[in-house]
Formats: sequence, structure tokens, C-alpha cells
Amino acid sequence: MNTTRLRASVPVALLLLVGGGAVWGGVLDTGVRTVEVLLRYSHFEPDVITVEPGETVRFVVHNGDPIDHEFIIGDAAVQRAHERGTESFHAPRPGEMTVPAGATRETTYTFPPAPATLILGCHLPSHYAYGMRAAITVG
Amino acid sequence: MRTLPGASRVVAAGLIAAALILVPATAALACGGLVAPNGTVNLVRTTTLAAYHRGIEHYVTSFTFTGKAAGEVGSIVPLPGVPTKVVKGGDWTLQRLVLETQPQPVADVSFFAAGAALSSARVLMTAEIDALDITVLEGGGTAVGNWARENGFFLPPDAPEMLDFYAERSPIFMAAKFNIERAADQGVQEGQGTPIHVVIPTPDPWVPLRILGLGLEASQVIQADVYLLTDRRPATLPQAVRSNGDPDQRGLIQEVSEEASSTLLRDLRSDRGMRWLPEDDMWLTYVRVNEEAGELTNDLAVDASGFGQPDPVAAGFQAPLVAIGPDLLPVAWLSILAFSLVLFIGAIARRRQVA
Repeated sequence: MNTTRLRASVPVALLLLVGGGAVWGGVLDTGVRTVEVLLRYSHFEPDVITVEPGETVRFVVHNGDPIDHEFIIGDAAVQRAHERGTESFHAPRPGEMTVPAGATRETTYTFPPAPATLILGCHLPSHYAYGMRAAITVG
Repeated sequence: MRTLPGASRVVAAGLIAAALILVPATAALACGGLVAPNGTVNLVRTTTLAAYHRGIEHYVTSFTFTGKAAGEVGSIVPLPGVPTKVVKGGDWTLQRLVLETQPQPVADVSFFAAGAALSSARVLMTAEIDALDITVLEGGGTAVGNWARENGFFLPPDAPEMLDFYAERSPIFMAAKFNIERAADQGVQEGQGTPIHVVIPTPDPWVPLRILGLGLEASQVIQADVYLLTDRRPATLPQAVRSNGDPDQRGLIQEVSEEASSTLLRDLRSDRGMRWLPEDDMWLTYVRVNEEAGELTNDLAVDASGFGQPDPVAAGFQAPLVAIGPDLLPVAWLSILAFSLVLFIGAIARRRQVA
């Protein structure tokens, strides 16, 4: 690497460092907070998430299990509908996605403006009954 | 189908006491015990022989063909070591053991058997036994789970933790699945069992029990018959409790513990692949498993040495000591070298002081 390229790469590296720091710090420059969620042993980690009313959150979800999981945000009615549903795969859409075994997926979701209690659940066969759910407190 | 069927009582199966029942991903159904694609749980009882003689464990169990659904049902069984062979088991070994210990007619008994980590599972051995495809795998829980998924199995939600539980102690698993076409060609009938005999050299025999609860709700009852044939009277962990005569007695119930009769041994020796069994001086133990899945959280460790000290690690009560991996070996050697150097310098300094 010559001197010119080295000089040029320094600001780029700094930019990446700053940008990366913003992401790992949890908040993007756009004001969107990033929350990382691990799926392990068919449970969500963390299992309690608190957000602000109206907040937009980017969820980065890593599946550490050798089986597929779902990441579904919604109230009890939404969870019931998915529990009775027949979809075996969810195309990514805000707050709803399938996370294949060993994969990382992300979704960005804007929470309702009023305080509420939502649920994060997986509805693949018997997963929800097994306890694969987490609480999301809005407010 | 998104919920488990409400079967409250599952008569589980088991081989070596333990078969992890899996359905293909395409079925996308809940699993528990032996689960068919429509989500129903088949009520089957498992009978297993775990015999231990001269450092060799012999597992004999039987996988039952379940008809049309059989091609969509498979099993994974954790093993205590790498088998030297997996062959067709004797035709009447399990039945003869039941006759020896249980008074009910043979026709009333269903012999079934449901049936560290490496980054990817390694196939150690494959075998075709009648219509069964057998694969012996080595790998960590995630690796074996990935192999199962990639080979058309669907694992229930408790499988990841369960596979890790076993892989920490022994990364050896046996997958078994009926080939539906061979079953049709061979005229295998629904309910017909295929006996399997697995030969495993191991210093610490154990019988996997916890895996019988795979996919079950905590309140569902697991029932299985485990026979032990050992050179001496064995000690087990957990210790089986004495039978109080109540068929609903919960736990691991020791129904029989006695010197194996010469007629039993003679009959067993006359079955296929059973000539290894001594003609006399063997101890027969029959443990009846009748426990809720939520309570059956350990395996059955067996000490057949006569010292009466079954291994708590083999039973799953303790985690095994972590071995130093190849990545840390240089660090370990450097540490030992540095420690030795310090001792050496200290010894020289002391000698000079004395001098």
C-alpha cells in the first residue's frame, strides 16, 4: 500500500470506526436504536425489551440454534392469529420475519405512540407453547 | 398445525433408551415422542437391552415401522462412544427379556424403539439394516442438529438444548430412518419392528433417558423398559427405587435385580448376534421407567465394575471437565514451561542461599 492510498484510507477507517461505534452503541445517526436479539435454545435473549412510545427500532436477530425460528412482534391478538396460522415461512416485513437456523436477519419496526405491552413470539410448531416469547414494554 | 396435541400420557420409546424423534421439515409439525405428520403422538413403549461385558456395551433395541408415515419419521439416539459395528439385532432377545420379567402375554407388548463441539457433523458409519438407514455421527449439538435438518428431519424446540446436553458428554449420535421404498419391497408391515444391535467399547456405560422426553410437555408421562445385563450386580445413578407393586408408581423403578437364569442366558445366546453373552454369571436388572418428562432430566449411569460408583458425569448430573483444545495447547505448554522455569530459578536461588 503506497502513502497516498494509506492517507486516503485513514479517514475511511475513522468513518467506519465512528459509524460502527454508533451501531454497537445502540443508536444510528438517524436516531434509530439497534437492539440485538439472540435466539438460543428456543428462547429470546433478552426476554424483556423496553422501548419508547412511537420509537423506531432496528432489530438485529441472530439465530444460534440449528432449527429455524420466527420473530413476530404484536399484541396478544396478533400472537393468537399467528399461532393458528398456517404459514411455514414469513417473508421479511416490519416486525415479522423467519430467521433460518444459524442466520442473522434484521427488521425495523415502529412502535405505537401510546404505552402498551406487546409480545415477541415464535409460532413454529410448539415453539410458543415451549416458552419462546418475550415481553416488549412500550412506555 | 401449530400446537402440540393434548396427549397427556405418552408411552415413550426407547432404545438404548433414547430416541430423539424427528419429522421432516416439510411436515412442519409439532414433535413429541413419535410424531406423525398429522401431529398425532403415537403411543408406543420402548424396550431396550443395555448389556455390558468386558468393557463392551451392547445395545439392543427395535425400531417399529409405522406404515405410511414411517418415511417421515426418524430418530436420533445419543451413544456413549463410537460403535465398532451396528448390525441387525436378534429376533427375540427383547421379547425373551420381557417374558423373563413381566408376566403379561407377549401379544400385549409392543416392542418399539423410537425409534465439544465440532463445527460440522462427521459421518462415522452408515448401515442399511432391512428397511432402516442408520448413520452414526460425531459432532456437537449444533452440528448434529444442522445435519439432521439438512437431511430432512424436523427438530422440536427443545432439541437444541437437548443435543448440547448430550454432546457435552459424548459427541456420538446414531440417526435411524425407515426407507419407505425398501420397506415396501421387503413387505415390512405396519407395527413390525426391526431390531438393532449396537456394539460400543466404553469405560462408562450409560443409558440415555432424558431424551425420551424430547418434544413432550413436562406433565406427559414417559414409560420405557430398560434391561441391564452385567458381569456383576451394577450400581446405577440415579438409583432406581424398589417397586411397591403399584403400576402407577413414578420414577425409575427396579422391578428385577437377580442373577440371570441359565435358561435366559441360553435362550439369549441362541439368538442372532448374541454369542458374545457368557453362559453364566451374569446379573439381570430390569428398570421400569414411569416418570413425567419434566422430572426425567438425567440419564442412567451404570457402574458394572462392582465398586458401586456410577459416574455422575455419565448420568448428566455434572458437566464434564473441559479438555484443552488444539488452539490453547501452545498457551498451556508455555504456561507449564514458565511455571517450571520459575520453580527452577527458585530452587537455584535457594541452593545459593544455603551455600
